[in-house]
Amino acid sequence: MLLSLEPRGQQSRLMLWCSPLLAAVLTLSCGSLLFAALGHDPLLTLQTLLIAPVSDGYGVSELLVKALPILLCALGLAVAYQARIWNIGAEGQLLIGALAGSALAVNIIDMQSRWALVLILLTGTLAGAAWAGLTAWLRTRFNANEILTSIMLNYIALNLLLFCVHGPLKDPDGFNFPQSAMFGDASRLPLLMEDGRIHVGVYFALLALVAVWVLLQKSFVGFQIKVLGLDKRAAGFVGFREKRLIWLALLISGGLAGLAGVCEVAGPIGQLVPQVSPGYGYAAITVAFLGRLNPIGILFSSLLMALLYIGGENAQMSMNLPQAITQLFQGMMLFFLLASDVLILYRPRLNLRWPRRAPATAMQAGAL
Amino acid sequence: MPNAIPIPDQTPRLQLRTITKRYPGCLANDAIDLSIAPGEIHALLGENGAGKSTLMKIIYGVVHADAGEMLWQGQRVNLRNPAQARSLGIGMVFQHFSLFETLSVAQNIALAMGAAAGTPKQLEPKIREVSQRYGMPLEPERLIHSLSIGERQRVEIIRCLMQDIRLLILDEPTSVLTPQEADDLFVTLRRLAAEGCSILFISHKLGEVRALCHSATVLRGGRVAGHCVPAECSDQQLARLMVGEAAGLITDYPKAKGTEAFLQIKGLSWHNPDPFGCSLTDIDLEVRSGEIVGIAGVAGNGQDELLALLSGEQRLSHDAGATISFGGHPVAHWPPDARRRHGLAFVPAERLGHGAVPELSLADNALLTAFQQGLVSKGLVQRRKVEALAQDIIQRFGVKTPDSQAPARSLSGGNLQKFILGREILQQPKLLVAAHPTWGVDVGAAATIHRALIALRDAGAAILVISEDLDELFQIGDRLGALCGGRLSPLQATADTCLIDVGGWMAGRFDAPQSPASATL
Repeated sequence: MLLSLEPRGQQSRLMLWCSPLLAAVLTLSCGSLLFAALGHDPLLTLQTLLIAPVSDGYGVSELLVKALPILLCALGLAVAYQARIWNIGAEGQLLIGALAGSALAVNIIDMQSRWALVLILLTGTLAGAAWAGLTAWLRTRFNANEILTSIMLNYIALNLLLFCVHGPLKDPDGFNFPQSAMFGDASRLPLLMEDGRIHVGVYFALLALVAVWVLLQKSFVGFQIKVLGLDKRAAGFVGFREKRLIWLALLISGGLAGLAGVCEVAGPIGQLVPQVSPGYGYAAITVAFLGRLNPIGILFSSLLMALLYIGGENAQMSMNLPQAITQLFQGMMLFFLLASDVLILYRPRLNLRWPRRAPATAMQAGAL
Repeated sequence: MPNAIPIPDQTPRLQLRTITKRYPGCLANDAIDLSIAPGEIHALLGENGAGKSTLMKIIYGVVHADAGEMLWQGQRVNLRNPAQARSLGIGMVFQHFSLFETLSVAQNIALAMGAAAGTPKQLEPKIREVSQRYGMPLEPERLIHSLSIGERQRVEIIRCLMQDIRLLILDEPTSVLTPQEADDLFVTLRRLAAEGCSILFISHKLGEVRALCHSATVLRGGRVAGHCVPAECSDQQLARLMVGEAAGLITDYPKAKGTEAFLQIKGLSWHNPDPFGCSLTDIDLEVRSGEIVGIAGVAGNGQDELLALLSGEQRLSHDAGATISFGGHPVAHWPPDARRRHGLAFVPAERLGHGAVPELSLADNALLTAFQQGLVSKGLVQRRKVEALAQDIIQRFGVKTPDSQAPARSLSGGNLQKFILGREILQQPKLLVAAHPTWGVDVGAAATIHRALIALRDAGAAILVISEDLDELFQIGDRLGALCGGRLSPLQATADTCLIDVGGWMAGRFDAPQSPASATL
């Protein structure tokens, strides 16, 4: 073969930094070719997709609003994935967080104290954690595969939310629309700026970022989680408590997803609607891996994912680009990013001449 | 024993010419020449890191040489993968087994042989036949994960013997066999050689290399240090070729008596829920501070179970807590970390995946068991202290590694074992339980490990060594016993016992007559 990959033996520090750049160059050039082939001006299209959405303050604030729930969910998932617990249920945990927070919020609309907000956020976070706790319980008690249980719990959560929004939580004065009453002012997340929808949830995200970073990189619990993920027998032989760690990882994961959900309803939306999440919990899975399960990496990848969401909508509206094309572009970017990561552990080698076919092939036929 | 020397002026079965392989940061093989005649049993000797494994992988097509050529029966070949090597008739038994744990013996063998060999069910009679012919009992329908190390190796050997084989490469094959089994294996190998199959035999047990092999190639630091006929060399001469200087490699250590019993096991019985596993019956054992007790036995006779009960991976109920005690404290119901706080240190049989996490750095692997030694404060890992501990282990125990950030997986077996043992010893344990401490470890590293164990004993620690290497047990053990079928023989002072007695215990004859004649070695 002409191009071969050989293992480096250890991670290349250079490629750790260069691989995202390489991916960006590849995505931009291939994307340009794609747009040119479709008869759009490549530069203009790229500008619409990637630069226009963040060219003003409002755009940046929209980006942050979009990135926030993805970031929170992905940080939680990173904790679980480090322990090799494949929690696919961030979406459901997010929805339950939003649902539980809303259930409380519509009952305390008249409460004026700021404690209303604290209570709502706490309820949402705990509800998300409890929803993940179901998965943890099934896993530790019955050894049920967490991938299956967490996905199934996603659908239960979605249907529970739909039931509540069409039933018990429906706004009595809402002309029968499937949505709850607007929350009281005291239970809304305060805005950070006059224009734009960016709210104090950003601080929670930053706090979570630091907390998860300390947990995974510095703390002994994080070390135990890592060992459990890499090598269960080694964790057992030194006495790390497997069940306790599974519970912990899933509770953190679910709690952060629940916080993301309740921040959505108490923040930009302000009420419970059926479309709380356009799939943030699923996007967060990609984001967590794209960020290599590292909190800092996840920060960047969640911003990128949010940009792709907004840019795609932008291109659909202003350039009449079909949705499929923007999704293709998104897929291309993710593909190149993950493909470039191969170079961190492998070195490409170009053999300019074909290796001579040795007589082994002839021998082989003889031996068979 | 008379080894028929093969006819010399024949085309060699395999010939290597100036094979060179460079890895990032090291020259693994430097212009190696090797020639094996048909029907020849050829030994490849060398320390860990001498380049034996790389050379074998090149012959087996796993790794490609950077330079040099390989001639198979006089014709130049360029092996691209093991499947091609197998189709030429090259078989290999790896030191680290390449078996799928969730599949059965027959399924594993069927996988290796390819679709042409038939379904696992069709292979079963043939597996039974081959395993019986070569004296290696094996049930084809058993799952690999329920097999002991020794039994897994049988699967690997039989897997090669099932094919039409012309060159068999064995990487330390006898390390998990009893002396009797090893002798049986040698009979098999000699028969194979007489049938014309060439055998490349890697071992560090010089005695068996001398008994079995026609010729030997010694590697040191990636180069050929010499060729010799093992039957004409002494252990010292062979060892000197391997390591350069042989001083202090083969020593007799003075025996110790010990003081008070630290580890006490009283009437320990444990029923194994695994139908293929071994249950323990009525085990009584005392290990005193300042002595080494050696437990012999063929793999799968209760060693794994006893080790799990001692380490705490398998806990007993609260009521049965007193069946195992450390210095008078009942511990059988405690988890591993609590036992460690009471002075236990533990070296498991499998280094990668049990004793150390392959992907983590040496520093992180030091933290793995030493976390109760002040390396964690307020829940945060004290990186600097962990680093210092890892450096200390690397220096004091002569671990060859670029630095403490190297992943455990990148170290050779002997080096990693030195690191693991060093990690446990530096925690100043009152009781060290070590399983197969020198399994697959070269002479130099084994001597280091033995010296470290003796030093720990002399410092007053109680040491329990469970091993299948009888030479080792006689060399370092102060009292010996053996496990058979989940029962433990009575212990005897090493000086009052002999190989035949221990062999009898291993076969379950615990009441072997203690005639005065058998007391002398």
